[in-house]
Amino acid sequence: MRNIFLFIRRFFHLLLFFALEGAAIYTLYSYNKTHQAFFGNIANEVTGSISKKYNDVEYYFQLKKTNEQLAAENANLRRMLPSAFESADTGKIFYVDSLAKDTLGIRKFEFIVAKVVNNSVTQENNYITLHRGLKQGVKVNMGVIGPDGIVGKVIDASDNYSRVMSLLNRKSKVSAMTKKGLYIGELDWDGKDPNYLTLHGIPKSAKVQKGDTVLTSNISQKLSFPAGIMVGRIADIILDQSSNFYNLKVKSATNFFTLQYVYLTDNLQQAEQQELESKTPKD
Amino acid sequence: MSGLLKNIIRFIFFILVQAYVLDKVPPLHEYAKPILYFLFVLWLPFSINRSWQMIIAFIFGLCMDYFTSTPGLHAAPCVLIAYIRPFLLNILLPQETTELSYSEPSPRSLGTMPYAVYVLILTFMHNACLVLIEWLQFGDFIFFIGKVAAATAISMLLIFVTEILFPRKGRYRTNAAL
Repeated sequence: MRNIFLFIRRFFHLLLFFALEGAAIYTLYSYNKTHQAFFGNIANEVTGSISKKYNDVEYYFQLKKTNEQLAAENANLRRMLPSAFESADTGKIFYVDSLAKDTLGIRKFEFIVAKVVNNSVTQENNYITLHRGLKQGVKVNMGVIGPDGIVGKVIDASDNYSRVMSLLNRKSKVSAMTKKGLYIGELDWDGKDPNYLTLHGIPKSAKVQKGDTVLTSNISQKLSFPAGIMVGRIADIILDQSSNFYNLKVKSATNFFTLQYVYLTDNLQQAEQQELESKTPKD
Repeated sequence: MSGLLKNIIRFIFFILVQAYVLDKVPPLHEYAKPILYFLFVLWLPFSINRSWQMIIAFIFGLCMDYFTSTPGLHAAPCVLIAYIRPFLLNILLPQETTELSYSEPSPRSLGTMPYAVYVLILTFMHNACLVLIEWLQFGDFIFFIGKVAAATAISMLLIFVTEILFPRKGRYRTNAAL
């Protein structure tokens, strides 16, 4: 017994070193799996509020660009309004249908607007902090879309802030499809250029061209993205001789450098879908 | 200003500079990443107990991690350099009792060349450890070599600039003060 104490006393620094290293690695490992950290909630609130103060200043330098983005998006949405179209019949006045619920169906997606308070593009794994949290109805696994295209998904939320795994993250995987031909593949990031993403799993039989549009696919609802949201355009086609699939370099539609406002999307029927899927036997 | 207060201010300052200045710099290349925050650990006073050095480095690294959402990634290399630091100082310190006459490592207290060696070795170890952990999660060997080399070069440049911009007086502690 005495020898054990002597041993501990003699190698105390070494043991402490290993203990602390172990704690650090364990924290990282468990975070990568669950995105839950010790004091994660408090830390999120603190770093979030500091980031908010920083962003209050930074925001002014990008007001013009943000304004242009939002105005362009507004114009796009106005273009989709029923009143922007002339109806096929001879009636000159457009009547708004009072039975909107019946003709438009049941609401599936809910949108919450959120301010970006912290954003990084230079790390290997980039995260975004939003000034919306559990109190405002944010849930983990909500999709995040910007004015120009998709941004990422919510991985952690505290009372007033939430953490978003940006598309510029080695761990991010999103299902996407080409607009022409509706080929579905998987979108991820190689860690090199924040402007470009990579789309895997498009078969070589597909006809793809540079400049083709890439959208979120209709099976990406695991992340509660609505289908058909803009992701980007194909910038380069890389032929991989060893496989039957293309590697497509996609120019991201979202400009991650100037992101200021985003929308959190919630799939209201997700729980129902998941419940049904979990009932299916897996053999 | 007392040593404790000075170190608390440095603690906050280094984290904020890394999180809100250096990490916001648009990337030149995926390898070239400015890392400076760990200079806090290199500047810790001589007088702190070795275990406390490691615990402080751990907390410091963890605080840095909460800003980048990677709990543990920066804490591990910080603890490593805090552990290596006393051994290195033992070798590099001049034979006279520098520990007694100066409060912390600086070009003044160690001499310019030994201080440069001290900074270079610890910077290399820190970056190598940091990139190794990243490499284990993803990436290839070229990524590891390239990123360690590029990051160490940039860190050395930043530390050099910092030492010129903020010359520490290297207060000579007399016996009367003790």
